[in-house]
Amino acid sequence: MSQAVLTEVGALARRALLKTLRQPFQVFPIVFFPAILLAVNASGLKAATRLPGFPTHSYVSFAIAVAFIQGAMFSMINTGTNLAEDIESGFFNRLALTPLRRVPLIGGLLVGVAAMGALQSAFYVALGLAAGANLEAGLGGAFVIVALGALAALGFGALGCVAALRTGSGEAVQGLFPLFFVFIFLSSSNLPRELLRTGWFHTVATWNPISYLIEGFRSLFISGWDATALGRGFAVAAGLSAVALLGVAGALRTRLQRT
Amino acid sequence: MSDGAHDGRDGAHDGRIGGIEVEGLVRVFKGGVRAVDGIDLSVAPGEIFGFLGPNGAGKSTTVLVLTTLLPPTSGKARVGGLDVVREGAAVRRAIGASLQESALDPFLSGREHMRLQSALHGIGKSERDARGDELLARVGLTEAADRKVGGYSGGMKRRLDLALALVHRPRLLFLDEPTTGLDVQSRTALWDEVRRLAADGVTVFLTTQYLEEADALADRVGIIDRGKLVAEGTPTELKATIGRPSVEAIPADPAERARLAAVLERFGEQVAGSTNGVATRLPEGFGDLAEIVRALDAEGVAIADLRLHAPTLSDVFLAKTGRSLEGAADDDGSGAGAGSGRGRERAEAAGR
Repeated sequence: MSQAVLTEVGALARRALLKTLRQPFQVFPIVFFPAILLAVNASGLKAATRLPGFPTHSYVSFAIAVAFIQGAMFSMINTGTNLAEDIESGFFNRLALTPLRRVPLIGGLLVGVAAMGALQSAFYVALGLAAGANLEAGLGGAFVIVALGALAALGFGALGCVAALRTGSGEAVQGLFPLFFVFIFLSSSNLPRELLRTGWFHTVATWNPISYLIEGFRSLFISGWDATALGRGFAVAAGLSAVALLGVAGALRTRLQRT
Repeated sequence: MSDGAHDGRDGAHDGRIGGIEVEGLVRVFKGGVRAVDGIDLSVAPGEIFGFLGPNGAGKSTTVLVLTTLLPPTSGKARVGGLDVVREGAAVRRAIGASLQESALDPFLSGREHMRLQSALHGIGKSERDARGDELLARVGLTEAADRKVGGYSGGMKRRLDLALALVHRPRLLFLDEPTTGLDVQSRTALWDEVRRLAADGVTVFLTTQYLEEADALADRVGIIDRGKLVAEGTPTELKATIGRPSVEAIPADPAERARLAAVLERFGEQVAGSTNGVATRLPEGFGDLAEIVRALDAEGVAIADLRLHAPTLSDVFLAKTGRSLEGAADDDGSGAGAGSGRGRERAEAAGR
């Protein structure tokens, strides 16, 4: 990658990060909602740890994994909304009027999203530890969690970009959140898949890729270094990112008509 | 002054830096609306070209094509000697543009905008801050440089927009309705800046819906209506095509309006005037207002006001299109030629 491209990506990534961090209504949900959900689940579902086969005695250690997925989904909404605003305000055209090539045009934004994903993942690790979770994989595990969080945020953020580029509407992007939130509930977010007794729910959770993403994060808290769970988690995050980036490339070709 | 001057770093155009040449430019939007309908125009290097027309006339679509953001449906356009279709990237390096809205990020400061724009134009890190400070000072934003743009006034945003367009020292500058919505003071300040740029040799393509702006700033004016260029020339030349002044009188007693009109009709054909007055287009070469005063006096018509109007660009627009510029935008809203104006232009520029 040339120095010019690195400079362009760096400048746009910095701008993307600042834009999110300077909007309290974008930062607040990232911090507040996962914390509230963790508190509610940890107190309400603590008894689940007594179920035979439940992998840990600490429900916080089990439930904290969901925060990373929630954070990644907020990345999707924030990124998509910010990009849609850029399109609506003409800022996207301002960028298109520079010699900037296509890849850094969106790549810079997505690097900023990944950086934000890393930051929020680090925050959730700290939140979990403060709430009493045990990080079985230790400090190295924390770094892996941050990396997986960044990759997941990149994938979900890219999905937000696709929606923004296709519709040019912040409202349309925000409409995605409930849709994707359903995926969290239809996963192994609240119970291990092995303990899901309702047949259809077990099937849906097994086919739901979010389950494997959650289990990737969770394994580092509960089991330590579980190569299978981690491999699946990274595979889902990487696959999601790849599919979403393909979608971004297609949507960008349609959106950006410059010669 | 060298602020706007080319320093040779954007040498992609190898000395072919020139003006703008447009031949048979057409842009058809979805639904078959011809927003730009066969425009030919030429802008000389270093010239301020005023592109005048009502909302929805096709001004912004033309700018979007010339700045490479929208491909033409047919026709040719060269900007700075570069083909806008085949050499889009080189065109973008050569031009600066301030499009219709001040497209700024409300969460960044003026200085951060300058740094971002400089980085995207490949200006070296060591030079970025100096260049940003220089331009912020030039547009009078030094004190506000570290404030978030969300708190800027409309005039400040427009000035920052102009500074951003100048970051890479372009030799061609596109300004799309740069003073729309600005107060008189901000407008005058921006006009002064445009004049300074032109004095530095920068070619300026300026769209406007304000007659006085085109008249005050432009070396030459093109008038566009419903996607077609209906007149082109210097303001003086265009006014000379109308040639004939008009006289407008307001009767002291409104009941005398009909008698006043009858007297004025002896001197020329009646044209639209103010609500209370009567206006008459005078024959070519008519120069003696006293003759009209004597005729009114002889008929015993007392007048409250009498004015001689030299032809204006508004008269030119009226003569060329049969409509007044002020009312033309409303007409265009339903007209087949121009479409619905800036909303579609922006949406289409964005590729939808």
